[in-house]
Amino acid sequence: MIEYTPDFLINFWNWFPVDAQTVAIILGKIVLILLPLILSVAYVTYAERKVIGAMQVRIGPNRVGFFGFRLWGLGQPIADTVKLMFKEVIIPTQANKYLFLIAPILSIGPALAAWAVIPFDRGMALANVDAGLLYVLALTSIAVYGVIIAGWASNSKYAILSALRSGAQIVAYEIAMGFALVGVLMASGSLNLSAIVEGQAGGMSSWYFIPLFPLFLVYFISGVAETNRAPFDVAEGESEIVAGFHVEYSGMAFALFFLAEYANIILISALTALMFLGGWLSPFEGFTFLEGTMFEFLRETSLIWFLGKTSFFIFCFLWFRATFPRYRYDQIMRLGWKVFIPITIIWIFVEAVMMLAKVGPWAV
Amino acid sequence: MTFIDLNFYFFSALLLAAALGVIASKNPVHSALWLVLSFFSCAALWLLLEAEFLGIVLVLVYVGAVMVLFLFVVMMLDINIEEMRKGFVRYLPIGALVALILAAQMIWVVGPIGPDILDDESLKQAVRHGADYSNTKELGRVLYTEYVLPFEIASIILLVAIVAAISLTLRRRKNTKYQTPSKQIQVKRDDRLRIVKMDAEAKE
Repeated sequence: MIEYTPDFLINFWNWFPVDAQTVAIILGKIVLILLPLILSVAYVTYAERKVIGAMQVRIGPNRVGFFGFRLWGLGQPIADTVKLMFKEVIIPTQANKYLFLIAPILSIGPALAAWAVIPFDRGMALANVDAGLLYVLALTSIAVYGVIIAGWASNSKYAILSALRSGAQIVAYEIAMGFALVGVLMASGSLNLSAIVEGQAGGMSSWYFIPLFPLFLVYFISGVAETNRAPFDVAEGESEIVAGFHVEYSGMAFALFFLAEYANIILISALTALMFLGGWLSPFEGFTFLEGTMFEFLRETSLIWFLGKTSFFIFCFLWFRATFPRYRYDQIMRLGWKVFIPITIIWIFVEAVMMLAKVGPWAV
Repeated sequence: MTFIDLNFYFFSALLLAAALGVIASKNPVHSALWLVLSFFSCAALWLLLEAEFLGIVLVLVYVGAVMVLFLFVVMMLDINIEEMRKGFVRYLPIGALVALILAAQMIWVVGPIGPDILDDESLKQAVRHGADYSNTKELGRVLYTEYVLPFEIASIILLVAIVAAISLTLRRRKNTKYQTPSKQIQVKRDDRLRIVKMDAEAKE
């Protein structure tokens, strides 16, 4: 590409100091990650309405299109965004003004920042840091502040009830989630997300979801609970506490909570795909009979595999919402503390024994 | 001044401001949130020292779990702020004394007087490591080989503390109703339902 770039552009670029070039490149990469992400968030909301519509034998949004064409309602998310942007942000008189406005930012910040370490393809990550897994875990754990502060600052009974529910729930499920990740890093021997994916090379049978199947289930279900999605959406609980922590929010402040929720859904899906389903690795990697045939390209690693796996988990999120009734709060707590945590601890023990005895995937 | 220095001064200033906020804000919820910010800036400082494991674990454990529960409790408390302000003058001398002792200790350890700990040979040899150096791996290696005994003792002390805390709060009241899901799902139709055969009654 460089030989086709005109000279004056190259000179212009070289004229900047090296530090400025580095910053510019990093900023460019951030934009390259965030723009598609925000676009995906918009269209996950559309997919949600369409998928749940289909599951409930309805049509879903099908009116808003572009330039007079309906296009199956593809313009709906754009219309929603524009509507939310132009609505007034109302701050309740008794609310704590600063915290009320900081809360949505605290909610969206970690949801976007966690994407810094996600590798999309071999060598395709903004920051290929060594402690990537820990970083993601830390950032998903601080996302709860947005909810808690929003609930408290709103000065509303419903909002504070929701904040308390959400706080207790996220702290509970974070432990199970952390333990599930301990199993992953025991298997891969690394905290680096790229290394975890490369550790699963060798086709579908060497992906971690087979030896770590219980941890895979616990991780994904805890992920659903951590993002406050159905069937664990007691923080919203529209039938009991109207809309929970964001009941007092309107306009763009509300939209930020919405954006954070869907960005977190995509993040949890991407992480599950990376850690248990081999990320960008091809499921047909070990199929030697494909060699020389026209389907040989299927064995190559590709961004498309990663996006496909992620989309599958996003679909599961929507599927759960259409299928399961909401859990009762004490049952959520029981599931988290008394079922998931013991399962993860037992399976970590089993995994350690398997590693010592060199059975299964550790038979070297 | 390099970029790293700039970062250091920025986060140090943020840390001091947040620490001031903790003791200066009237509302205890605000104090707790300032404490969160100070933990955060502290984690950033540790990252600058190449202690990325400690920095991230500080965020994960203190910010992500401990402070959430802390905030939780503070939000639930009905604190009368006026009442809390009352004893300020009375407790001021004690507070000042504690602050003075703390400051004296710190000056003794790192300041110009007292033992010069910064004069250690091993400290002078400290070098910046490259990107391939894993602080996490080193910490793990040292913890599980050289310091395995103190590490295990610390974890047992923590375990005892957990058991003690739970047993202190655990009390079963007689009139509380509990669910036992394993029993619930074992229920058969015959336990709950009785089909009664009866003749149709005559029309009145």
